[in-house]
Amino acid sequence: MGSLTVGYIVRRLGMFLLTVWLGTTLIFAIPRMAPGDPVAAMVSRISAQAGTISNSAEMIASWRKRFGLDEPILVQYVRYIYNASTFQLGPSLAHFPANVQDMVARAFPWTLGLLGLATLMSFIAGNVVGALLAWRRTPGLARALLPATLTFTSIPPFMLGILLIYLFAFGLKWFPFSGAYDMGGQTQWSWSFIKQVIHHGTLPALAIVITTMGFWALGMRGMMVTTDGEDYMILAQAKGLHPSRVFWLYGVRNAILPQITALALSLGALAGGAVIVEYIFTYPGMGYLLYDGIVNGDYTLIQGVVFFLIVGVALGVLIIDLLYPLIDPRISYQKK
Amino acid sequence: MTTEVIQEVALPEAPVGLNRWDSPWLNPKFIGGLLLVIFVVLLGIVGPLFWDITLARVASSPLNLPPVWVKNAPIMFPPPDPAHPLGTESNGRDMLALMMAAAPGSLRVGLIAAGLGMAVGILLGFTAGFIGGWPDAVIRTISDSVITIPSLAVLIVISSYVRQINIENMALLLALFAWPGPTRLIRAQVLSLRERGYVQMARLSGATTFDIMFKEMMPNLLPYLAASFTGNVSANILAATGLEALGLGPTRIPTLGMTIFYAIRAAAILRGMWWWWGFPILMLVIIFTGLFLMVVGLDEIANPRLRGIQAQ
Repeated sequence: MGSLTVGYIVRRLGMFLLTVWLGTTLIFAIPRMAPGDPVAAMVSRISAQAGTISNSAEMIASWRKRFGLDEPILVQYVRYIYNASTFQLGPSLAHFPANVQDMVARAFPWTLGLLGLATLMSFIAGNVVGALLAWRRTPGLARALLPATLTFTSIPPFMLGILLIYLFAFGLKWFPFSGAYDMGGQTQWSWSFIKQVIHHGTLPALAIVITTMGFWALGMRGMMVTTDGEDYMILAQAKGLHPSRVFWLYGVRNAILPQITALALSLGALAGGAVIVEYIFTYPGMGYLLYDGIVNGDYTLIQGVVFFLIVGVALGVLIIDLLYPLIDPRISYQKK
Repeated sequence: MTTEVIQEVALPEAPVGLNRWDSPWLNPKFIGGLLLVIFVVLLGIVGPLFWDITLARVASSPLNLPPVWVKNAPIMFPPPDPAHPLGTESNGRDMLALMMAAAPGSLRVGLIAAGLGMAVGILLGFTAGFIGGWPDAVIRTISDSVITIPSLAVLIVISSYVRQINIENMALLLALFAWPGPTRLIRAQVLSLRERGYVQMARLSGATTFDIMFKEMMPNLLPYLAASFTGNVSANILAATGLEALGLGPTRIPTLGMTIFYAIRAAAILRGMWWWWGFPILMLVIIFTGLFLMVVGLDEIANPRLRGIQAQ
């Protein structure tokens, strides 16, 4: 009971592979169904910058050959899936000869740190607020003040980010505008560097936490209302257990389970929101890399970053799914 | 008081002398949210009757005017002009005209995408929940998988290839990811409704599957569907705004997100031109808050248990 069965792990791994495959296929197929030729567009961009290119037709042909675009679509697809599964994403078009996977490798830790920490803080804070909102024995003062934390729930993180920059970076000058560390700072494990990172990371993290915690609070409130009506809660109180014990171990412990499923389901959306927050704050993570790709028409970079985002989010979901039976021993994963 | 909403909706003519003002649909949060959304719609419809909307075009107005009520603007800005009450931006667009021209478009993108997503969700959700078996397994697996794909990232790839985009195409793209949510929700609800007495009754009296789905179950699902649809409209406007803020939106017509994109690109935050990004954000906040209040209200309509516990 409560332990992982082989069948469950295999099924979850299957879901992981299916998600990654669907996502990668979408970003391969849809641009090819759309009108327009990325290579021709690239060459016309270059010629717009450099005056005229006398042999643009040859250039287009050689680029097409270089990227294998002159082969049948099926061959291209198989090669693409093979390269993606071995993480060979090719050179960046705009930052030649840098490889996309190296650029992503530099950016990924920043996104993981920012998004991971912000999501964790928002999940914990939101669930506590939501549970307190629904609990009968919450003190009146807290009950009056807590709804204020839901004010920004419906606002997209990046818009709050713009407001925070205006207020705290432009106006009060408490925090820097952009970046993840001071100009010319060296990436190293020193106290001064960590202080810089916290100083730079506060505003983008706040933008994510404040706008997403209300979502968790509302979900938790709904779950806690149901849990609070259960007989075992009344029994626990009647037995004279300490209110905090009833709240945490009887109430929250049971109400949190669907919230963890919801966390797995919303990781993709959270990553999308963080991408734009990074762009607003010029934070050197995946989101800013993506913007860099958009500005330069760097299609291999865009595809590479998005591929890694898909894999990263799917991995996060897989980890949550594999931990879930350990948290919820009731569910037997033997069925079907 | 404790009459279940579900029954009220299903049997509108049954209770004699029912107080109309006691209807659960008169939820203050729902109505308040609806009014906010209607305000934005009216701004787009009525606004152009009173204000010259062509001022939203590039170079139709003087540059960098602050809003009229700004008394001590920094020296680099010209003095405010009553002809442009909300000010102008650096490409010579009048902010008031821009807001009137752009706001309804954002709502339209959200409505079209969410509508398509909802239609697919109803079809797949009913199929999965009602028929079960392998169609259920296939639908559930694929929707669970699509829901975890970071849709915004995939949409960025697509729209960076398709540079020329209009509102309708954008809505179509967004709809690609708008169906798994409603599908999951409807499937779960149908599964729980399927075993209810009145559905069994209808089945025993020989109602067709179609009739059971749309005449018996659908009315009971309405509050859930409405909540899901409203949430979806909001999510799709969010995605559209995100794409636009990255510069991937329609360029031929003004949109709120593209206005924010131009403002960021021109460093409007650091130049202190808060009216350039502030007004589009304000419009979007009104839209999002309105839709959010509607969702919370609809949740309370659908789930009477939530109604009692609003914070006092």
